[in-house]
Amino acid sequence: MKTATLNNSIDRRDFIRLSALASGGLVLGFYINSNGEAQAAESASGPGGSFAPNAFVRIAPDGKVTIVSKQPEIGQGIKTSLPMVIAEQLDVDWKDVTIEQADVHDRYGSQSAGGSTSTPNNYENFLRVGAAARAMLVEAAAQTWGVPAAQCTTASGTVTHSASKRSLKYGALVAKAATLPVPDAATVALKDPKDYKLIGRRITGVDNPKVVTGASLFGIDVRVPGMVYAVYEKCPAFAGKVVSANLDQVKALPGVKDAFIIEGTSNLSGLKPGVAIIADSTWSALSARKQLKVIWDEGKVANTSWDKFVTEAKELSTKPGARVLRKDGDVDAAFKTAAKVIEAEYVYPFISHLSLEPMNCTAHWNNGTMEVWAPSQNPATGRALISTTLNIPQEKINIHLTRSGGGFGRRLTPDFMIEVAAIAHKVNAPVKLTWNREDDLRHDMMRPGGLHFLKGAVDAKGKVVAWKNNFFTFGNAGPGGLVSPGSGGALSPDEFPGRWISNYLAEQTVFDTGWPMGPWRAPGSCVFAWVIHSFIDELAHAAGRDPLEFRLEILGDKDEMAATPPPAGAKGGPAAPYNVARMRAVLKLAAEKADWGKKKYPKGQGAGLAFHFSHRGYFAQVAEVTVSKEGQLKVDRVISVGDVGSQIVNPSGADNQVEGSIVDGLSVLMLQELNIERGRVTNVNLDEYPILRIADAPTKIESHWLKTNNPVTGTGEPAIPPVAPAICNAIFAATGKRIRQFPASRTDLRWS
Amino acid sequence: MKYTLNINGKSHTVDVAPDTPLLWVLRDTIGLVGTKFGCGIGQCSACTIHLNGEPTRACMTRVSSVRNSKVVTIEGLAEESGRLHPVQQAWVDLDVAQCGYCQAGQIMTAAALLRDNPKPSDADIDGAMADNLCRCGTYLRIREGIKRAAGMTAGKEATQ
Ligand code: FES
Ligand code: FES
Repeated sequence: MKTATLNNSIDRRDFIRLSALASGGLVLGFYINSNGEAQAAESASGPGGSFAPNAFVRIAPDGKVTIVSKQPEIGQGIKTSLPMVIAEQLDVDWKDVTIEQADVHDRYGSQSAGGSTSTPNNYENFLRVGAAARAMLVEAAAQTWGVPAAQCTTASGTVTHSASKRSLKYGALVAKAATLPVPDAATVALKDPKDYKLIGRRITGVDNPKVVTGASLFGIDVRVPGMVYAVYEKCPAFAGKVVSANLDQVKALPGVKDAFIIEGTSNLSGLKPGVAIIADSTWSALSARKQLKVIWDEGKVANTSWDKFVTEAKELSTKPGARVLRKDGDVDAAFKTAAKVIEAEYVYPFISHLSLEPMNCTAHWNNGTMEVWAPSQNPATGRALISTTLNIPQEKINIHLTRSGGGFGRRLTPDFMIEVAAIAHKVNAPVKLTWNREDDLRHDMMRPGGLHFLKGAVDAKGKVVAWKNNFFTFGNAGPGGLVSPGSGGALSPDEFPGRWISNYLAEQTVFDTGWPMGPWRAPGSCVFAWVIHSFIDELAHAAGRDPLEFRLEILGDKDEMAATPPPAGAKGGPAAPYNVARMRAVLKLAAEKADWGKKKYPKGQGAGLAFHFSHRGYFAQVAEVTVSKEGQLKVDRVISVGDVGSQIVNPSGADNQVEGSIVDGLSVLMLQELNIERGRVTNVNLDEYPILRIADAPTKIESHWLKTNNPVTGTGEPAIPPVAPAICNAIFAATGKRIRQFPASRTDLRWS
Repeated sequence: MKYTLNINGKSHTVDVAPDTPLLWVLRDTIGLVGTKFGCGIGQCSACTIHLNGEPTRACMTRVSSVRNSKVVTIEGLAEESGRLHPVQQAWVDLDVAQCGYCQAGQIMTAAALLRDNPKPSDADIDGAMADNLCRCGTYLRIREGIKRAAGMTAGKEATQ
C-alpha cells in the first residue's frame, strides 16, 4: 500500500527493484535522497514473510534483526557504529542483531568513506530509520490490543502494554507492521539521548570473530569459481607507456594463461599503461613477471626528482611566492619594528599510504555485465571510471564491497578497480588482480611533500605580531595548463593562524610534477598542523613564554572566528566558522589532564602540546617524551582530547581511531619518506620504507572526549594532525633540539 | 610437483612449483585465506603461521621445504569445538583490530609467545612482537590483549 508521497528524486526503477525482491508482499523502503534526507516510500513484507521496513532493516518472523551497513569498512569501525545507531532507536538488543555489508546501490545514497563524513552524513538519518521502524511495530501492537500506541513501550525487541500486562515480540508483529502506513521520517519521535542503552557503550567490532579466525573478509580473500590470477606491470616512472614486451616468452612460462599489453591512459588516477599476466595462481603470475621484459617510454617525468624540486624551492624562497593566498596588514613593516624576529624552514617528503592489504580487486566480465568485488573506500567513482574507460553502461556494472585492509584515503582512488576491469574485459573468466608491495609503493597516490619558509615576530610583550609563510607545494597541470596542488597540498587562506594575526602573509608556489597524488588521512591538516604548531612553539620560546598560555592568547577571547567569504561568483557559500570556544575547551582540558605547567621534568624529558581543527573535529594533544643521551626517543604518554559533538557512538571504535592516529602520526614523523628520483619511487618495499614497530609505540595513550551540544561527527582523521607537533614540541622541551624535517630519524637528537 | 602437507591437522596434497611460498599454497591452492600477504619479503609478518610450533613467515617458506612439518594457520588456532584460543578471545574482548589485516599474524606470534612465556612483561611482548607490523597502529591494544590472554591461559598450553 502506498502511504507516503514518493519524493520526485527517488528513482522509480530502484523502487520497483526493491519490491520485486519481496516474495509476493509489499516492501517498505526508505531511500536517502540527494539531500541526505530519509524518505518513506512503500511498505511490504520482505523475503520469507519478514518485515523489511527499509533498505537498512529487516526483521524476520522469528525475531531476527538484520541491519545493512552501507558504508565501506576500512578499519574505521563504521560497520559497527552506524548499525548501532539504528539498533538504539529500534530498541533491540545488540546481541540479536546481524550486520550485513551492502553492495553498491543507489538506494543507499552515498557510499563513500572519505573525509570522516560517514558519521556526520548518516547519523541523523539512521536515528530516524530505526525510530520509524520501531514506531510501526508499536502501532502494530497497539492495534492488536486495541490500546493507544502512546501507552506502549519497547525494550529488547518487545512491545509492552504495562497497564494490561501484555507484551509481544517484534517477530510476532512483523506481519501486521508490514501493512501499516509509514510514519513521516522527519517527524518520527526519537528517544531522548539520556535513555540510550547502546550508543555510548564500548562495542567490539562486528567482524572481529571473523578477523581473529582468519575467515574470508578482505578484497584479497575473494575467490570466485573458475577464477584466474593476474598481475599488472606498470612503468616504474609514473604513467610511462609500453613500447614493447616479450609477451611470447612470458606466455610460454609455467602456469601462464595469457599476457597482453594494455595501452591505458595518461590519467594519473585512472588506467595506467602496462602489461597484464594471467596465470593459474598468484605465484605463477608473480614468477612469470620476473621474466617479463618491457621497453618503456618513460616520458618527461623521468627528468623530475624530489631533490631537484627542493633545490629550486630553496632558490626561489627569497623571492615572493607565485600566489598570495592571504595578506592581512603589513608583515614587512611589522618585522622592522618587532622585538624579536625568527625564521625557520620546515620540510616534509612525499609519503605513501601503505595499507597493509596491497591494492587488489576481482572482476568478471560476464555476458555484458561487469561484476566487481572491490576493497574500495569510494566504489561509485570506480564504477564511473570503469564505465567511461571501457564504455560499459553504469547499470551493467555491479560492485560488491569487501572489507579493506586499511584505507587512509588510498582506496578513494579507483585505479586498481579500472585495472582489473580492463584486464577482465579481455579474459574469459573471473580475474583477481593482486598488486605486490612493490607495485603498491611505486604506484601509490602519494601524499605530497612540502616546504615552508617561515618568518614570525613577537613584540616587546611577547605577543605575536607578524607571520609569513612562503609555501612550496606539488601538483599537476590541469587541462587548461593551470597547475593545481595535489590533494592536501593546498594551504587554505583561512588556515590557522590566518585570521588571528594582524600582519599575516601566506604565499604558495606549486611545482608541476607529473606525479600521482591523492588524499592521505586528514589531507593537508596532517602536515600543516606540524609546521604551524612547531613554529608557534618556536615563537613562544623566543618570547620566553609558556606554550599553552601563548597559544591561548593567540586564540583570543572571541568564541567564533568567521570564515573568509568566498570571492564573488565562487560556487557555494562561506565555510563554517572556526569555533574558538570548542578549541579552547579541548586545549585547556588536555593541559589539565597532563598537569601542564605543574609537572617538572628532568633533562631529557619534556612535554609538548598542539591543537588542530579538521574534518569537523576539535582536537588538542599533549605528548610526554624521553630522549636518551644517545638520542633515542621514547614517547611516554600522549593525552588526546577531542570534541566531535554530542555523542561518541562507540567509544571503543573512537578510541581505536585516536590510538591509531597517534601511532600513525608518530610513524610518519619518525620514519616515512619516499625517495623519488627520475620520476619514480626508488624505495619500494618495507625494508626500504620502514614503519613504526611495537617497541616504538607510545607507552601510554589517554583518549578523552569532550561532549558538546553539536552534531555528531567522525573520528577517522581529526585526531592525527596534532600528534607530530605535540611530540616535536616535547622533544624540544626535553633536549632543546627542534625537528624541522620529516622524517625525524634524520635529526640528531643526542644531548649531553 | 606433488607435496603432501599437514595443515591444521589435516593432510592436503597439492601440485605446485617447488619454489612456491607456503603462503600462496595456503591462499590460492588450498583456499585458507586467513594467512595474509603484506610484503612477500619477510618484513611485515602478516603471513605468520606455526611451523612445528614456531612462528614462521609463510611468504619465505618454500613449499618444498615444509615436508612433514606440522603447519598451523590462524584457521587452525581455535579448538575443534570452535572455542577460541585465549589470544583470539582477548582480541575480540578488547576490540584490538582496526582493519584487521595484520591480526592473523599478530595472533599467531602472540600465541607462541604465551605458550613459551605465560606471563610476559612489556619488554618481552615488544621483543616477541617486534617483527609484526600493524599499519593501523593497534600496538597498544596488542600489548593489552596479550596480557589479558595471559590471564586467561594462566599457564595453560597454547598450540603446539
Ligand atoms: S608477507 Fe610475509 S612477512 Fe610480509
Ligand atoms: S589492524 Fe590494520 S594493519 Fe593492523
